[in-house]
Amino acid sequence: MTETHTSTEMMTIAASRALRNTDVCFVGIGAPSAACNLARLTHAPDITLIYESGTLATKPSILPLSIGDGELCDTALTTVSVPEMFRYWLQGGRITVGFLGGAQIDRFANLNTTVVGDYAKPKTRLPGGGGAPEIATSCGEIFIIMKQSKRGFVEKIDFFTSLGHGEGGDHRARLGVKTKGPTKLITDLCVFEPDAATREMTVVSIHPGVTRQQIDENTGWKVRYANKVTETPAPTAGELEALRAIHARTKVAHGDQV
Amino acid sequence: MAQFMSLAAAVEDNIRDGDAIAMEGFTHLIPHAAGHEVIRQRRKRLSLIRMTPDLIYDQLIGMGCAEQAVFSWCGNPGVGSLHRMRDAIENGWPNPLAYVEHSHSAMANAYEAGAAGLPFAVFRGYIGADLPKVNPTIKSVTCPYTGETLATVPAIRPDVAVIHALRADRAGNVLLEGIVGVQKQAVLAAKRSIATVEEIVDDFGPRNLNAVILPSWTVSAIVCVPGGAHPSYAQGYYKRDNAYYKKWDAISRDRDGFLAWMKTNVLEKGPETFAAERARLAGH
Repeated sequence: MTETHTSTEMMTIAASRALRNTDVCFVGIGAPSAACNLARLTHAPDITLIYESGTLATKPSILPLSIGDGELCDTALTTVSVPEMFRYWLQGGRITVGFLGGAQIDRFANLNTTVVGDYAKPKTRLPGGGGAPEIATSCGEIFIIMKQSKRGFVEKIDFFTSLGHGEGGDHRARLGVKTKGPTKLITDLCVFEPDAATREMTVVSIHPGVTRQQIDENTGWKVRYANKVTETPAPTAGELEALRAIHARTKVAHGDQV
Repeated sequence: MAQFMSLAAAVEDNIRDGDAIAMEGFTHLIPHAAGHEVIRQRRKRLSLIRMTPDLIYDQLIGMGCAEQAVFSWCGNPGVGSLHRMRDAIENGWPNPLAYVEHSHSAMANAYEAGAAGLPFAVFRGYIGADLPKVNPTIKSVTCPYTGETLATVPAIRPDVAVIHALRADRAGNVLLEGIVGVQKQAVLAAKRSIATVEEIVDDFGPRNLNAVILPSWTVSAIVCVPGGAHPSYAQGYYKRDNAYYKKWDAISRDRDGFLAWMKTNVLEKGPETFAAERARLAGH
């Protein structure tokens, strides 16, 4: 590895690698959108990307700022109405992977994007769930991308916006949910996967140059590590080049240069 | 039958204080010009229904037009918070804002139920989520065939739906294409409706046979407002003004700055300003 990279680039690239060429992916804005499009431009050219605005199999050349930018519709195979998107495609079980992020996450990958503090009298009002409550239970599995910090990775989230593994163990199944839930949590420091029995998110891979101490210091609960923890392969020159190129195109298109 | 009228007259005739209004458009075709007119006419105590309140409701809320918001995602897409809506919820400024919060699935289903004349929508949702604990309108039914527990929400039946569409023809039929969102459902669920359009044409001419067309007898008022979705966009006419969405973060962050901006750009202006934005963005 000769190139240097940022921790955010490592996070996005690690997330993109988790996607398969055969996936049908429900994409969120921000880091998920970058990861999904990077996958499409590198190892997974046939991946199907779906945005909740109704655009099916879209191939944007720049990253959209919103889930409904014209670029998504222009490059989509077809565009359906929003009720159809949520009823037939999401609830109908056609999506293999959903991407989520949040303001707060707990050890079982339950997410909060609704409020900090009390719901009725919030300290901070966040945007809310949007598609997340049903994405979390209707997609085959869930990948979560989030930068790690004590503020975000908390012992107890203030609001359950979307279900991860609930209280752990077989909680999802007891609620009647048949999908896998969060199978990967990709951060700027490492990759977590759920423990086979407890479903607690467990570190399986640490990004190059990151220490366990750093991970512990940026997590609000006592972090569990898998028996065998590997080092995340560093970004390749090709991956970095593709990611930086899409960000550069996006910047120009969104008028950031003005 | 749809009537062609000025924006001021359309709002005057159709939107009353205390109405439940749905100004829809999922990122695409958001009826911003109509929102400005509602602000200029100083409508009060509105219940504002929209999946994503976006800048249009941030402005209405900040100007004191709303007493309630019904929504499923209240951010500035890709940018951050809707500061005026947050200020109303967190600090009660300029007035307290009640809110009824849903997921996107729930609202999309609730609009469909409204259009279909059903009292409620049924779907597989909210499992393991906290919203049902804080929104008492979210309930459940047991499927009579399988025994599965399914979520229900009441149908959305607005007093008025407001949309921005691409074109109307002289007969008053309204056409939209691209990301069509929930506008058809919102109009068919509502008692009255206003459609602003980019242009009025003699005839739609050759078109996609499956384009979304609202027949004239489903629409109350049609207003030609070129650029009327700006800073949202109209497919084939102009692009989304993403730089403006980013700028809104700074404009809306502070109460005085927001009020000054609204005075200069909304209260002292009319719908004709939108055409200039369309011209500016059309070339891009």
